[in-house]
Amino acid sequence: MRLALTDDQSLLAKTAAAFAAERSPLSRLRALRSPSDPLGYSRPLWSQMAALGWTGIPFAEDHGGAGLGLAEVVIVTEALGRCLAPEPFLSSVMLAGRAIARAGNDAQRAAYLAPVIAGDKILALALDERGTRHDRRRIATRAEKTASGGLRVTGEKSQVIDGFGADAFVVATRTAGNLGDVGGVTLAIVAARAPGLSVVRQHRVDGRNAAFVRLAGVEVSSNEILGRIDQGGDVLDDVVDDATVALAGEMVGGMVEALDRTLVYLRERVQFGVSIGTFQALKHRAARVFVEVELARSAVLAAARAIDEASEHRRALVSAAKARASDAYVHAANEAIQMHGGIGMTDEHDIGLFLKRARVAEMTFGDAAFHRDRFATACGF
Amino acid sequence: MTESDAFRAEVRRVLETEVPSVLRGKATDPKAHVWGGRRVTFGYPESRTWLEVAAARGWTAPTWPREYGGGGLSKDDAKILKAEIERLALPPPLVGFGLTMIGPTLLQFGSERLRREHLPKIASGQIRWCQGYSEPNAGSDLAAVQTSAVRDGDHFVVNGQKIWTSYGDLSDWMFMLVRTDPGATKKQTGITFLLVDFAIPGIEVRPIRLISGASPFCETFFSDARVPVENVVGELNAGWTVAKALLGHERAMIANFMGSGGRRDTASGWDPAEERLAALAREYVGHVDGKVTDAVLRDRIAQLSMDTLCFQLTVQRAADGAAAGQRPGAETSMFKLYGTELNQRRQELMLAIRGPQALGWEGEGFSPDELQQTRDWLRSRGNTIEGGTSEIQLNVVAKQVLGLPD
Repeated sequence: MRLALTDDQSLLAKTAAAFAAERSPLSRLRALRSPSDPLGYSRPLWSQMAALGWTGIPFAEDHGGAGLGLAEVVIVTEALGRCLAPEPFLSSVMLAGRAIARAGNDAQRAAYLAPVIAGDKILALALDERGTRHDRRRIATRAEKTASGGLRVTGEKSQVIDGFGADAFVVATRTAGNLGDVGGVTLAIVAARAPGLSVVRQHRVDGRNAAFVRLAGVEVSSNEILGRIDQGGDVLDDVVDDATVALAGEMVGGMVEALDRTLVYLRERVQFGVSIGTFQALKHRAARVFVEVELARSAVLAAARAIDEASEHRRALVSAAKARASDAYVHAANEAIQMHGGIGMTDEHDIGLFLKRARVAEMTFGDAAFHRDRFATACGF
Repeated sequence: MTESDAFRAEVRRVLETEVPSVLRGKATDPKAHVWGGRRVTFGYPESRTWLEVAAARGWTAPTWPREYGGGGLSKDDAKILKAEIERLALPPPLVGFGLTMIGPTLLQFGSERLRREHLPKIASGQIRWCQGYSEPNAGSDLAAVQTSAVRDGDHFVVNGQKIWTSYGDLSDWMFMLVRTDPGATKKQTGITFLLVDFAIPGIEVRPIRLISGASPFCETFFSDARVPVENVVGELNAGWTVAKALLGHERAMIANFMGSGGRRDTASGWDPAEERLAALAREYVGHVDGKVTDAVLRDRIAQLSMDTLCFQLTVQRAADGAAAGQRPGAETSMFKLYGTELNQRRQELMLAIRGPQALGWEGEGFSPDELQQTRDWLRSRGNTIEGGTSEIQLNVVAKQVLGLPD
């Protein structure tokens, strides 16, 4: 496993950074964040990202993708994270898109995956529920089998990432067993207009698109069942793990940007006749953030490669990446506000945006404590 | 057969037939490490043979020029030699600050005369060296050294005290920083790099006892010690430049040591579980089917284990970058800082796991492991101080990596 970037990857990093800097300045977030904008992201910009090929990165070439891996995904998500871009990469590409790629048949891929890659359709994965906390097995949404081989789904999904305005959902339902069981989970594709489905925009501190989804006896035909009945859990595990690493990459981008902005401030801000960057207390705080960032970066790089290489250690590395990125992003964002002083606390200033995103990201796909537990289990203690 | 193949075959032949096989597998066994010097001891008698075999071919200092007692090997051949030694997990034939510190320094700054006089004796293991930098009033502020060297005819008369001299009481020569110009406007510009033979009169070495017990550290007292002026390395009053170069070597060595951590030696390069900690917790605290029953301790083990893994990955990332020809990244500057703090956390966690059994100093009711643990924990408090304090490391990161102003 080589942790240094290849030449191609370095080039991707450069172009991604240039695109983000040019097309996604932080200033555009003010207009997009809730409740100002119904969608919370820009469809035109999403189309531009698709045109760049970003939406196809992790999909096989015969599925219309670029045939690349998580190593390339985290390069793109880092660039997105640096500018807090709210476009639905995580949901459409990494969650719902990858679920369909992995478990779908040709018809389902043609109907749902191809449009995602083209940037035409937005898809979301409806997984978490209000009581879930971090346990992705805690699925109460029930699906009863119908006579025609389909399902009838009833339940509620909470904080569905990019759910509002999505064209379709991949819904995690329970077809057998009890709450918390590994088996008995079935994935179903539900179109936004399906009778019995209601989607309400939720507003979280990071201002991004999230939705509360209610399913009241929603009918799912047998064609819309994704993969095998009762065996969606394994698909979910892989898909969510991959998305976790993609998110961790985004978090590295965010923490780097928060630190960089803070360094600029430390150099420019003058108090007591000197630049406050000369104060050792602040130098040391900044240096500590730097250390945390570098450690998180290493974990993300390794986790991405472990997935691409189907390494036996990938679960442990995914957890290490998410735990480290969670702690580091929150730390970096907290320190950034502290070192900006009073102005860092104003809504007018941009630096507070990073803390808001850091916390939401921390709580997504399992927080640090959840992943420490998972890491310990994976390592046998 | 290429030249490299022929060389590898020859190395292999020598190692397999001329080096006692009992030394195989002892690469990291401290008892197998030979420090050399006038009072050399051999933990294993066979080590003397290995030293002689290696010294005869200059393999103790593979890349030093042959005329100085080295092997005169190219970088590639030196790599081959290293790989063959590692293949049998042999210990290095010779260790010491002569090879790692003063030798390279003499090659870089020393006169031809000094090189011819000292390097062969280092390479043969005949002379053991120690470092005389720190003083009671010159620690982090090393440039504040006050040990004076006053010119008197063909000699410098040296007066003062050095502290934290590792293995001073077992060494034959010292390389040291002395003040030759007390009136210099900038303290750095009045310092000279001097080589001192401990056999001359006026030098006294006393071991220092630490909170953890006996240590290799010593104080060294100089009382009108007369040192020949030829023993200056580089120019008079220009010793700070030499010292800085050497400090760079020392930090690289420590960083290397921290990075290797001695743990990534499984075939897949994976050894994350701090298995020793987990095993300890199972033994002292309890487990159910291998899962540690104390949830808080388990969480702490997971955190430390993760952090150690991330640290090793960062070291690897730096190495991969270097191998790919990329410029050394900023991440290398935090190795010493983070590695030492990890070790302290590790020691404290082992304490927490062992509980009151970790409090033994000697005697009844404590196992040898437990008694050693107490000493290891106390000793680890020095890791964040020696070789550049953590505060200095943070200053370096802030200045050189983050570009924050002075």
